Amino acid sequence: MSLLALQRDFRDWLVTGEESAAAALGGGPGTAVYQNNYRVALVSSLAETFQRLVLWLGEEDFEMAAARYIDARPPSSWTLDAYGEDFTDFVATLWPDDPEVAEIALIDWTVGQVFVGMDSFALCAEGLSVADWETAVIHTVPSLLVMPIRTNADAIWQALATGETPPPAELVERGTALLVWRQGLEPVFRRAEAHERDVLAWSAAGEGFAAVCARLADTLGEEAAVTTAGTLLGRWLAEGMIAAVG
Amino acid sequence: MSERLVGFGLGMRRPHYRSYIDGTAPVDFIEVISENFMIPGGKPLDTLTKARGNYPLALHGVSMSIGSADGLRDDYLRELRRLVDMMEPAVVSDHLCWTRIDGFNSHDLLPVPYTEEALDVVCRNIDRAQEALGRRMLFENPSSYINFPGAMTEWEFLAQMTRRTGCGLLLDVNNIYVSAQNHGFAAADYLAGIPMHAIGQIHLAGHVQGEHLLIDTHDQPVPDEVWALYRAATALAGPVPTMIERDDNIPDLEELCAELDIARGIAADERIAA
Repeated sequence: MSLLALQRDFRDWLVTGEESAAAALGGGPGTAVYQNNYRVALVSSLAETFQRLVLWLGEEDFEMAAARYIDARPPSSWTLDAYGEDFTDFVATLWPDDPEVAEIALIDWTVGQVFVGMDSFALCAEGLSVADWETAVIHTVPSLLVMPIRTNADAIWQALATGETPPPAELVERGTALLVWRQGLEPVFRRAEAHERDVLAWSAAGEGFAAVCARLADTLGEEAAVTTAGTLLGRWLAEGMIAAVG
Repeated sequence: MSERLVGFGLGMRRPHYRSYIDGTAPVDFIEVISENFMIPGGKPLDTLTKARGNYPLALHGVSMSIGSADGLRDDYLRELRRLVDMMEPAVVSDHLCWTRIDGFNSHDLLPVPYTEEALDVVCRNIDRAQEALGRRMLFENPSSYINFPGAMTEWEFLAQMTRRTGCGLLLDVNNIYVSAQNHGFAAADYLAGIPMHAIGQIHLAGHVQGEHLLIDTHDQPVPDEVWALYRAATALAGPVPTMIERDDNIPDLEELCAELDIARGIAADERIAA
């Protein structure tokens, strides 16, 4: 048997767990050791990545979900950290009537990605020096992500993370979103304020601060728009969310 | 500048990070799993950078897959090179195994059959890896639970592999013991058959008895039979940088350092005997 054929047989055994595949490798107790190692490593990796989801679902339900995911999605990346990238979508299909489940999973995943994301410098208020506010564009740190949510998964996640009793799951107001980013080396998240998501989106699209204020003024009036934009900018600077303004 | 690896070290594990960042862990070098730090940035890389400032470093990979019949992955080599350039390790190693085929990655160290074809594949992949990294690598003998029919023994395979590629060996003494018990060969024959001059580093670890086989778990203290084999290996190889590789059920740093002192004592005994 060629090396390639042997390795494909081995893969088939690990993925399917069928005895005929084990027989192609010569059978014996050693094949079971590899089968066990394969599955244990993947379940452990998922449990490490989705720690709050394990607490919310309980180990039994989580391991059932993990086992079904492993059967459906054999790993392809060379790093175990990437395994589980679409686990959120997968659990959404398993718990279609409990939308907080997938959202807790998504927070777990996103916080993990932000934790090892690209390093960047965060501007502080003292370092802010803008020559022309008419054209200045707000650039956020690269780790910043905006995550729309339908449930109070964020409150549940925080309670689970700190060992408190989580609140019951409930739907939240339409248009609610979380901001996830890294302050220094620590991932953080909070709910976006009113208009915050819009201002971030407009800025990300390259609109200058004056243009952002003008768009806000369409709904808030000119004076309130400038106040709102200024307040948001001040908060972002204090929270380490701004990489540059200019 | 990357230093030469000498003395006695430990795998840097999360519960002991603070001691490595502070530089208070009484070890000569540290080793980390390369893939855990092949990431864009953040706290893990910050921790490793700080620890690297205090200790010579060995990067130990688990996903290169030098036994893959379909070759190595460019993106993997690129990311590893980036980490190597950043950390300037004294040693870069991986395993004589395969983990990946056709885009499937097992995340386990799977055995290679010791055939002429596999030797050609492994040597071709090692040549490519060493060229991509611009340096010599070490490859670790695996523990295994299946013994495929082959044209040669594992130690003959390793000897030819080092001769053809110029790579070195990371000798895992526990793995020799586990495989010897599982496959019924003599560990002494193994030691006699490998090129001692190629050994660049030694790993020590523990195992557990499974239902039918010894299982290499790295979650136990180094057992007496592995210490005995380490003594034999040291007598043959001379001074080789040695470390304890504990991956799970991780005890206090003091306990691991006490275990490392046993290795120091054995190595000193063998130097005196020589």
